[in-house]
Amino acid sequence: MAETHSLQDLQQPPVSSKVFVQRDYSSGTICKFQTKFPSELDSRIDKQQFEETIQTLNNLYAEAEKLGGKSYLEGCLACLTAYTIFLCMETHYEKVLKKIARFIKDQNEKIYAPRGLLLTDPIERGLRVVEITIFEDRSIGSGR
Amino acid sequence: MNNCEYQQIDPQALPTPTPTPPPHHGSDTEKKKEPRRPRRKWEVFPGKNRFYCDGRIMLARQSGVLPLTLGLILVTSVLFFIFDCPFLVKHLTGCIPAIGGILFVFVVITLLQTSFTDPGILPRATPDEAADIERQIDNTGNPSYRPPPRTKEVLINQQVVKLKYCFTCKMFRPPRTSHCSLCDNCVERFDHHCPWVGNCVGKRNYRFFYTFIVSLSFLTAFIFGCVTTHLALRAQGGKGLVFALQESPGSAVELVICFFSVWSILGLSGFHTYLVASNLTTNEDIKGSWSGKSGEDVTNPYSHKNIFINCCSVLCAPIPPSLIDRRGLLPAEESVQTGGAGIELPALAAKSEINVCTQGTKGLLESATLSPLLAASCPQGKPPTAHPCTENSPAVNSDPSPEISKSCGAHHTTRSYRNTSRSKKSKPAALHIPNPGFETSYSPNPPDSDPGSKASCRKGTSFAPL
Repeated sequence: MAETHSLQDLQQPPVSSKVFVQRDYSSGTICKFQTKFPSELDSRIDKQQFEETIQTLNNLYAEAEKLGGKSYLEGCLACLTAYTIFLCMETHYEKVLKKIARFIKDQNEKIYAPRGLLLTDPIERGLRVVEITIFEDRSIGSGR
Repeated sequence: MNNCEYQQIDPQALPTPTPTPPPHHGSDTEKKKEPRRPRRKWEVFPGKNRFYCDGRIMLARQSGVLPLTLGLILVTSVLFFIFDCPFLVKHLTGCIPAIGGILFVFVVITLLQTSFTDPGILPRATPDEAADIERQIDNTGNPSYRPPPRTKEVLINQQVVKLKYCFTCKMFRPPRTSHCSLCDNCVERFDHHCPWVGNCVGKRNYRFFYTFIVSLSFLTAFIFGCVTTHLALRAQGGKGLVFALQESPGSAVELVICFFSVWSILGLSGFHTYLVASNLTTNEDIKGSWSGKSGEDVTNPYSHKNIFINCCSVLCAPIPPSLIDRRGLLPAEESVQTGGAGIELPALAAKSEINVCTQGTKGLLESATLSPLLAASCPQGKPPTAHPCTENSPAVNSDPSPEISKSCGAHHTTRSYRNTSRSKKSKPAALHIPNPGFETSYSPNPPDSDPGSKASCRKGTSFAPL
């Protein structure tokens, strides 16, 4: 409830536009977003800060999808139990997703909300895009 | 506030058989019982899936073969445990029922996991996202009447891969994603739609599927071996096979089932082992995406060039999360808005047919009253039932504009389509659940890429492979 309230508070000012950061498929189907700076955000946030956010996100997703001894072990163990273990165990990916949700919330509070922007967690958009909402009123986030 | 009022009304509305909502079909299983409660996302899910246990379990809509699969496995195994195991334990070893039991449990669990998990469905684009993509397409393409080519090229591991635009999901399909026409969803790393398991096989349930067919081939081979041994032992000493079969009639049934299934299942597991080792999907293999037919040097850009790593990355990589969040709650105001659409979409044939009818006739009437221009272009290829046009036909116009004639043609298809669809109801109408936004903007000119198909069937289906 508390979360939805804060969201609604944020969404009250009129939305002027939305920017979508698309996926970067250059290294395969792993989840990675383009770090190209969208020109719509020019007046709101500096390029470096934006790129840092996306880069951190990319690193987090890379961590979630990393292939290695640990994930192979998890996979083999799960296979031995006919994958029933997933019913009662939180996967590595889910843990990282929680971390990402925390990171997005943190970034919104510290950087994006004061500038009249709002990042949407990519998981809510099917991991296809990072949606950045631009609000018309620039002084909204300060009250929070 | 609104919620409170609704909840007060609700208890009264419940006992009387649904006074407010429009008449739905009783067969619509996933319909809401109490429409005013906070709704979960699966209830407004646009694809053709069935949900059970409040969205925890999902299946394709046509999953009639799954009970058959389960039944065959159950019958064969039960017969095996009743007819063969006692004899084999007595004459050979007690390990046989144990091994059979483990394999059986393994097979059933993996089968159910394959059927009931989300195969990796991509949620459809939100209106904002779709508008953004639309804008991008408009920027790149020429702003003429013809729609710009709806493909996008991306470089994956130094190889150009074409991404197609999905008209149903309103997005560019990510690499390896394909739209399943049976479930009406885009599925990531789409392998195929398997009627036997009653679900698509994709990114999230491929490993379950692979484990299922491998363990099933072990189980059938094991039962087949055991049954033949059993019959051979019974037939020993000149008693003959007929005597053995009379002694244990269940074995005959098992023998027949196993004999016919073991080869196909072994072949399938072999094929999928090859696919896993080369990090391919059935879809890509059938289409020959990376086989270099066109003479170019194409290789599978997703392969790790190492059999071992490929196997591990396909079968042991971290399982990605389900993206459709089917148990999530809809935001309050959205649930009211989308409620109508959500009920409309899963509604079955008859209802969507009504939609088509009203749209078709309304459009016709409007166009008939609006412009006598239409009349000039209508008579060609018109069914005799199309009254409005014929009645106006005396007003022949000297220059019929091509656009209007086109749109008239589109109306005709919808109209005549409605007439024909009365005889064969469910299927075509199900294919034609309309996408209102898309319908209005694109109906005059169906996309280039579906040549033979009817204008009214343009949506999604023509793009769906397999």
